Amino acid sequence: MNRFQSWGRFPNADQEVCALRWLDTAVPESGGKTLLPYGLGRSYGDSCLNDGGTLVETSGMNRFIKFDVEAGTIRCEAGVSLDEVLKLIVPKGWFLPTTPGTKFITVGGAIANDIHGKNHHVAGTFGCHVIGFELLRSDGTRHLCTSESNTDLFKATIGGLGLTGLITWAEFKLKKVSNAWIDMESIKFEGIEEFLELSKSSDKDWEYTVSWIDCVAQGKGMGRGIFMRGNHSPASVLSRKVHDEPRITAPFDCPNLMLNSLSIKAFNTVYYGKQRAKKAKTRVHYDPFFYPLDAVNDWNRIYGKRGFFQYQFVIPFEGGLETMNEILRMITASKQGSFLAVIKTFGAKESPGMMSFPKPGITLALDFPNRGASTLKLFKELDALVDASGGLLYPAKDARMSPTFFQKGYPQWEAFSEFVDPKFSSSFWRRVTSQS
Amino acid sequence: MKTILLIGATSAIAEEVGKSYARQGHRLVLWGRNKPHLESIGKNLKVLGASEVHVSEIDLDDCEQHAKALEESVSEAGQLDVAIVAHGVLPDQQSVQQSFERIQSSIHTNFISYVSLLTELANYFESIRRGTIVSITSVAGDRGRKSNYVYGAAKAGAATFTDGLRGRLVASNVHVVNIKPGMVDTPMTQHLKKGALFASPETVANGIVKAINKKKATAYVPGYWRLVMFIIRSIPESIFKKTNF
Repeated sequence: MNRFQSWGRFPNADQEVCALRWLDTAVPESGGKTLLPYGLGRSYGDSCLNDGGTLVETSGMNRFIKFDVEAGTIRCEAGVSLDEVLKLIVPKGWFLPTTPGTKFITVGGAIANDIHGKNHHVAGTFGCHVIGFELLRSDGTRHLCTSESNTDLFKATIGGLGLTGLITWAEFKLKKVSNAWIDMESIKFEGIEEFLELSKSSDKDWEYTVSWIDCVAQGKGMGRGIFMRGNHSPASVLSRKVHDEPRITAPFDCPNLMLNSLSIKAFNTVYYGKQRAKKAKTRVHYDPFFYPLDAVNDWNRIYGKRGFFQYQFVIPFEGGLETMNEILRMITASKQGSFLAVIKTFGAKESPGMMSFPKPGITLALDFPNRGASTLKLFKELDALVDASGGLLYPAKDARMSPTFFQKGYPQWEAFSEFVDPKFSSSFWRRVTSQS
Repeated sequence: MKTILLIGATSAIAEEVGKSYARQGHRLVLWGRNKPHLESIGKNLKVLGASEVHVSEIDLDDCEQHAKALEESVSEAGQLDVAIVAHGVLPDQQSVQQSFERIQSSIHTNFISYVSLLTELANYFESIRRGTIVSITSVAGDRGRKSNYVYGAAKAGAATFTDGLRGRLVASNVHVVNIKPGMVDTPMTQHLKKGALFASPETVANGIVKAINKKKATAYVPGYWRLVMFIIRSIPESIFKKTNF
């Protein structure tokens, strides 16, 4: 298996790889080929691939530089993973300012994709908590970027998809916690409207909100789901136990037949039905709360050799209910949706990132096994709805959006391209800028 | 709290061993050639929990520096409990085998400098009548193979020297561990194609720390290499010489 794939294992790309270990590294000589930093390869589409070019592997630059336990700030090399950060900070009473659904990403990747999490409505993106970083450009210059120095590069690099140069180290703020636990509530809802009401009423008192939504049920059951909200447990809970290593590894590429519309429907029905009561309260460790899928190593292999897509968009609140219902109708009618569908509302906190994805509104992310043309056709139709409502797609999840759609969703792309390092590029970037 | 000397501290295996000791709050002394890299590692070990970190820039090929460096480290960090000799080079067999000069240079790093360091360490620990010396050799020393005999010969020499030293130091209450890592996914092997037998530096480091704690004499890490090498040693030479190992 080619280790240097994206998480969706589509598309394939051929690239040279150069592994870095040290902060004082020079920009690798690539003989005229373009460069792209590669962390742990958790981007789904082609934003972490550089077909015909060179990947600069950063996971060997994985050392901490400074942890200020009093102030709650951490400085580390760009290849440090959130997994390693958590192991260090949780026992000392700190937590990540925000985290995506996997801890197996690097700090450099968190900045480059300006990742978001279940607390976006209160905390904003990861970029909102970045104090500064060093950016190594291909001309050999090193730039200390903060909100006060090299501000333009700072803003371009946050959400800049690794294109502005190599982040060598970064410093960011942590969040104070008393323990490793989350008090959570799960509430069943019956449609998007109820989901939106729950979001609205929970945003103030709940730090983390996210929902699983059934993207298979049609008719009356359409849009049903489970709304989950959580807060860090109160100080009376003492345990600061860190997470365990993953216990299971997906042993092989599953045959494509295994994930068919029947098995997915069965999963969705069981998942919705397992909670009998309208509302359930539990106290859970942060690991299953934030990272349920991290328990299975290489879970992406269940989608088989052809890989899968994740489709994630955000649409504005205004008209969002109608658009979301229409999108759900389209997805359920297509019978292509998978079991991992997540819906959440984004808040208004603005990221410094120039190309940052989150905007106030509703975001939906869901997996689609790669069934070739029929899947791509569905995406085209979904694009039209998202576009019409003023929405956009998340580059970290994308392997196929058209240049036109990208450029419409990210009109600042041309201003951004001024900051792209002349020797850096990616499969994604070449694709979405190939024509206007 | 113990004081651990890591010789060749910027090697991927040594760095992981250092992290393992740092997480338990021990004091670490790092020797290596590149000061900025040693300092990067040192800062990381401090953050991970090391109570103290001392770094010394030293060209390990320069055997004349060994005694003085040891003296300085002991006066700076205090009495040592464990010393781990972990530096080395993996010469490209194809390109060195035609030239004695190039062979000599790798033999010097992988064997002669080990002999010098192990001798200094043996004398030191013998004088304080306690402690552990750890010598990182290799499965490559277990049998001469055409694809890797220059490296293998130096490692075989280092292993034999290590084993002999163990006997000498028994009476002084000093333990000597011979670690034989198998194939490890490190910068040293970056150019090689990785098969199923490759282990991560973390796995190997955990094996090393375990072997030290359990006072093993010789430890293959990961453990399955004991069986692999038993099989490889059992193949009759008339057949083995024709293989491409």
